[in-house]
Amino acid sequence: MGLKKYWWKILCAALLMYTVVAGMLLEIPYLPKLKESIRNLFYHVPMWYVMLVSFLMSMIYAILYLSKEEQKYDTISNEFVTTGIWFGCFGMITGMEWASIQWGSPWSNDPKQIGAALTLLIYFAYAILRNSMAGNDKQGRIAAVYNVFSFALVIPLVYLVPAHFASLHPGSDNKPFEALKTQDHHLKYVSIPAMIGWTLLGFWIFDIRYRTKKLQQQKEFNA
Amino acid sequence: MMLKTIRRCYLLVVVFLIPLIASSQPQPETTNDSAALLHQNGQIYLVVLVLSTIFAGILTMLVVMERKLNKLEKELNK
Repeated sequence: MGLKKYWWKILCAALLMYTVVAGMLLEIPYLPKLKESIRNLFYHVPMWYVMLVSFLMSMIYAILYLSKEEQKYDTISNEFVTTGIWFGCFGMITGMEWASIQWGSPWSNDPKQIGAALTLLIYFAYAILRNSMAGNDKQGRIAAVYNVFSFALVIPLVYLVPAHFASLHPGSDNKPFEALKTQDHHLKYVSIPAMIGWTLLGFWIFDIRYRTKKLQQQKEFNA
Repeated sequence: MMLKTIRRCYLLVVVFLIPLIASSQPQPETTNDSAALLHQNGQIYLVVLVLSTIFAGILTMLVVMERKLNKLEKELNK
């Protein structure tokens, strides 16, 4: 109990507190176009990492569900999708806010914007498909199969396809992690803890969602 | 009783100390115009204070939710 169980939540709180304070006060290298708005790197970009990690986890649990047929895995998979959708929406909204100042318009049909929007639409469809079916067994299996296919689409939509078009997003020229490598090392002092901290927050929110769902299921089972 | 109250409050104390520590950090040297503008009158620290207060509040909410869930789980699994 205690520290053993909660260490990653404490780490999450500490990293995010550091991100909020250091992200605002860090000395920024001179970037003629972005200027101080590069600070959004610590808040907007990690939203997408959380979304991708959540969707990846949900795909892993979807496969586990298909192979082991345990109700538990289906619930985990579904809760990860919901968490991912929330963070994806945050990423989309903050991205549009940033773009309306930086690119002059909230929507400029940038390949990455379109890719991200399609990703979100695919997962909205997942939620609708899942909720439109009753009966745990069939619902779970169809949702899991759909989940695996949708994650297979997310990678090309977010990484591969935008890499082949000119984009307003920096660092999207073919190499996804190039952006991180070419980052000024001062920015990394915050961007890497931020990435870890936000991802842990995603897991924390998933944890709360999953445990609530479990209690609900228990209540339904007992009723 | 006393111990319980202290245990309840220490989180709040920590939460309110963080922004104070943060705001007492030395002002970084400015290297360019936009950075100079940002730090010109030190009001960015006010924004950082506000942001960290809100964030600390959100974290407190998460912790409270966590505790409620723990209690419910214990009750139901008795």
